[in-house]
Amino acid sequence: MHLILFIIFAGFCLGGAINLLLQSHPINSALSLIVVMSSLAVLYLLLGAEFLAAAQVIVYAGAIMVLFTFVVMLLNAGREERTLSSRAARAVGFPAVVAILSVIATVIVKTQGIGTAGLNQGITTTQELSKVLFTELLLPFEVTSVLILIAILGAVALARRGHGEQPFEAESKGNEERTAAK
Amino acid sequence: MNLVQFQQAVPLEWYLILSATLFAFGVVGFLIKRNLITVFMSIELMLNAVNLSFVTFAHQWHAVKGQIFVFFVMMVAAAEAAVGLAIIIAVFRTRATLAVDRIDRMKL
Repeated sequence: MHLILFIIFAGFCLGGAINLLLQSHPINSALSLIVVMSSLAVLYLLLGAEFLAAAQVIVYAGAIMVLFTFVVMLLNAGREERTLSSRAARAVGFPAVVAILSVIATVIVKTQGIGTAGLNQGITTTQELSKVLFTELLLPFEVTSVLILIAILGAVALARRGHGEQPFEAESKGNEERTAAK
Repeated sequence: MNLVQFQQAVPLEWYLILSATLFAFGVVGFLIKRNLITVFMSIELMLNAVNLSFVTFAHQWHAVKGQIFVFFVMMVAAAEAAVGLAIIIAVFRTRATLAVDRIDRMKL
C-alpha cells in the first residue's frame, strides 16, 4: 500500500515539475506547481508528518499559490519569449544540472544505513511537535512571527505606489485608450 | 505477513532521490524560464524539494526537530513569497514587462 501510494504521488510530483518546465504560460506553470505541492503533502503523510502535511496544503498549496495565481492574473502575464540568452542557459544549464543530479544520486545510493518507510511506522503527532516547538524552540518561533510582520510591512510598502514616482506607463496607456473609447 | 510488509516498505533513498530530482527540476526551471513569475515558482519548487529531504531524515532519525525546521522553512517561504511578489509588482509597474532579459538593472 505504502509502495503504491509512493509511486502514484511521486509520479504526480515529477509530472507536475516537468509540466512546470514545459508550459510557456505562467498560469499553467502555477497550476502544475499546485499539483506538485499537494502530492508532496501526501508524501509527508506517508513519512508520518501529519502536521506538516496539513500545513503544506494550507500554506503552500493554499496561501502561497493563491498569491502566485493572483499576481499572474493581476499582471496579465503572457506567454514567455525565447531569446538568445535562454538558448545559452539551456546549452550550459542542462548538462550542469544533470551532472549535479547524478553526483547527488550516486552519493545517496552509495550511502549505507538509510532505513525504510512503511505505513503506521513512526508517526509524529502534532502534540509531540508542538511540545518541542513551544518549549525548547519558543524564541525562534516568536522571532519568525516578527519576520512575518516585517514581511507584511515590506510587501505593503513595496506594492504601494510611491508619491514622487512618475505615473506608470502601461496604466497611462490604458487610460488613454479608455478616453479614446469614450 | 512480516515479509510482505517489509517488501512493501519504501526505502528512504527513493524519497531522497525524488527530492534531488525535484531540486534539479527547480534549478532547470530557474535557468531556462524567461518569465519573472515562473523563475520565482522554480525557487519555490527547490524549497519544497529540500523540505522533502528534511522530512525524510526526520523520519529516519525519529527526530521532531527536522519537522520543526520544515515548519520554519514554510513560514520563511510565505514571507519570501509575499515580499517577492510585491517586488515583481513594483518592477512591472516601472518596466511594464516580466521578461527577465529586459530587467537588467537593479534600479527600479
